[in-house]
Amino acid sequence: MSKRITIDPITRLEGHGKIEIFLTDEGDVDNVYFQVPELRGFEKFCEGRPVEELAQIVTKICGVCPGCHHMASGKAADAVYGVEPPPTAKKLRELFYMAHFVHSHIAHFYALAAPDFVVGPTAPAAERNVLGVINKVGVEIGTEVLKQRRIAQEIQALLGGHQTHVVMNIPGGVRKGLTAEQRDDIVEKSKGFIEFSKFSLQVFNDIVLGNETYVDIILNGPYSLKLHSMGMVDENNKVNFYDGKVRVVDVEGNEHCKYAPNDYMDYVEERVEPWSYLKFPFLKKIGWKGFVEGQDSGVYQATPLSRLNAADGMATPLAQVEYERMYETLGGSPVHATLAMHWARLVELLYSAERALELAEDPDIIGTDLRAPLDNIPNEGVGIVEAQRGTLTHHYWTDKKGIVTKANIVVGTTNNNAAICMSLKKAAQGLIKKGVEVNDGILNMVEMAFRAYDPCFSCATHNQPGKMPLVVNFRNKEGEIVRTASRD
Amino acid sequence: MEATDKKTKPKIKLAVYWGAACGGCCVSVLDVHESLFDVVAAADLVFWPIALDFKYKDVEAMADQEIDVTLYNGAVRNSENEHLAHLLRQKTKVLVAYGSCAHMGGIPGLGNFSDREGIFERVYDTTESTVNPDKLRPQTETEMKEGVLTLPEFYNDVRSLDQVVDVDYYLPGCPPQTERLVEVFMAIVTGAELPPKGSVVGALEKSQCDECERKKTDNKTIKEFRRPIDIQDDGETCFLEQGVICMGPATRGGCGVRCIEGNAPCRGCYGPPADAMDPGAKMMSAIGTMIDANEEEEIEKIVDQIDDPAGTFYRFSLPGSIIRRKLL
Repeated sequence: MSKRITIDPITRLEGHGKIEIFLTDEGDVDNVYFQVPELRGFEKFCEGRPVEELAQIVTKICGVCPGCHHMASGKAADAVYGVEPPPTAKKLRELFYMAHFVHSHIAHFYALAAPDFVVGPTAPAAERNVLGVINKVGVEIGTEVLKQRRIAQEIQALLGGHQTHVVMNIPGGVRKGLTAEQRDDIVEKSKGFIEFSKFSLQVFNDIVLGNETYVDIILNGPYSLKLHSMGMVDENNKVNFYDGKVRVVDVEGNEHCKYAPNDYMDYVEERVEPWSYLKFPFLKKIGWKGFVEGQDSGVYQATPLSRLNAADGMATPLAQVEYERMYETLGGSPVHATLAMHWARLVELLYSAERALELAEDPDIIGTDLRAPLDNIPNEGVGIVEAQRGTLTHHYWTDKKGIVTKANIVVGTTNNNAAICMSLKKAAQGLIKKGVEVNDGILNMVEMAFRAYDPCFSCATHNQPGKMPLVVNFRNKEGEIVRTASRD
Repeated sequence: MEATDKKTKPKIKLAVYWGAACGGCCVSVLDVHESLFDVVAAADLVFWPIALDFKYKDVEAMADQEIDVTLYNGAVRNSENEHLAHLLRQKTKVLVAYGSCAHMGGIPGLGNFSDREGIFERVYDTTESTVNPDKLRPQTETEMKEGVLTLPEFYNDVRSLDQVVDVDYYLPGCPPQTERLVEVFMAIVTGAELPPKGSVVGALEKSQCDECERKKTDNKTIKEFRRPIDIQDDGETCFLEQGVICMGPATRGGCGVRCIEGNAPCRGCYGPPADAMDPGAKMMSAIGTMIDANEEEEIEKIVDQIDDPAGTFYRFSLPGSIIRRKLL
């Protein structure tokens, strides 16, 4: 009898998610579907709104990474007006954005990723959470984690206005400047971020890399996926989150393309599957070849690891050292070990901290020229940033009054939709086999495949329990449950 | 989530659920920071999909009214949102519409300017980066070679929570200020007398303008309407007096005028103040008294300068307003 495993709902996905695992008659994994059961339709209801309002409307796409949508939208609206914000405005935006990355990457690593490594992938579920992490590394460190995340949030609130749904950007610049006193405070806090990032990399080094079993899981577990890598780079091909060109390197590490925001449609297309509300982007020049790996596949990833794969290095000195160390350890770029995303995320954390300090110490940051005049007739514009969870593209068209006539949005996590499906299938195939009892540890190791992507479910990182609620129903073809496996 | 102090009086059972939402409301709950310990000492969280290992089946297995308080955030956009609204209503004593989306539809409620096919056509068909020659649409049931895959049904309309089930209280905001949540929660926990059913809690009775420190003159000052991009905001003068639509007069206070502090005009996420049913009607009457003109024709001319009035006045409240949706 053919069976299926339904994981519904996956609750630490930002929003809602569902996994269907189909088994062969022998009990091996036949196929896996990752379904996104919701849609809100921002592309449609942004129509008719004044373009400067979108930066505040699109933050509501995601209450976890509102700053990313705010930045992509702000840049798209600049482009609609053909205006370049003054240096102070650009630097304030990027400074905000670095704090956004620090906050998000800290949260993901300590509350979501660390439990699997610090506590252990098959440790009892009750311990496999951020409290378990704190137990292992000490309360003092746990408190420091919360403190650094809070400080990053305070910087965002100061620069961004509203603490969650930022109101900073206006076409041509920003609404509010920074005083010298506030700047001094941010300088000190950024120094704290750097120290904390170094510490976090040390934790990873000692606890993960110091453990042969973990290194083996990372390199040889069922978690590698040979796909192309996407990420934004500056003029020196170094990683950049706020501005630059989007570069894609293929499975072998050769440049597939490098495009300016305006040209994204020449390189990326999206397909529709009737079984998910979320579209599946792929590389247009290659075309959609199905959910397959390899050089000929059109599927790509846009993750912290992809960003590092797609770049030639980091733009700040300490992060560059860590970048080199990572690739030396893992055998050179590109790396396809899904779980190495966690390491890459920490390298990015250090870069964000260093970049925040650079920006805070830049004399322009307390300038008073915050907005460039809007002299052109608005028309059409694209804004791209790197969201924590992948390359984020906003594209708006307006009438000559700046009222939006059309909007197209390709969201960070959406880039990884096909890749997440494939990672789950590979992990499930490697772990669920005939004769293998599907227990909590196995389920967690399946989860690890897509937890690495941080697919916008880091709301959960603000809270204590670090386990994903999973119930697996084994059903026969008539849909009757023949057995249930769950965590507790 | 277990409390550490077992000696206290019986703990209340609390549930948090999201419908069509962005996650910002859940973040606001998590942002109680240190107060989380007070919350956990006073309540057992019995359902919170974003963070805890309880499933729909666990809720289904509960007795009716077993949950003391449910915070339902998000609008009702699809059949899954609706099913959970009914289920949680049945299992809950005090159901709170938490945040702008549950309160009046919120930003997803702007979907009511279109309909299901309008949204599907744009998202799955005409978006410039989408290739869909067969005009595929997500289906509630899809026959695959391995079996049938199912999805919730996407409805034509977005609805606020009280358009689907009976709601006891409303706690507005996008997201609600965390401090307000803690106040309301502690009032429930300590057994303080609760306001009448149907009340808006965690917000002021009066409008944003009562809290706002920007300079106002009370004169008829609006000669023309402009957009935020059209002015050099001085950071001090009332936005309306600068000719920019600010929803302050038609919006409840209680948020700490946070957007205005960021030099952005209010967009009304806290919903209308106690003396008004409808944000748009309230806003029209408020600006009517501020326009520097006496002739009706002249007033009309000035009002016509407002771009996207419906999308601005009902930014967070279209489904819950007297308009509810655009007639297509």
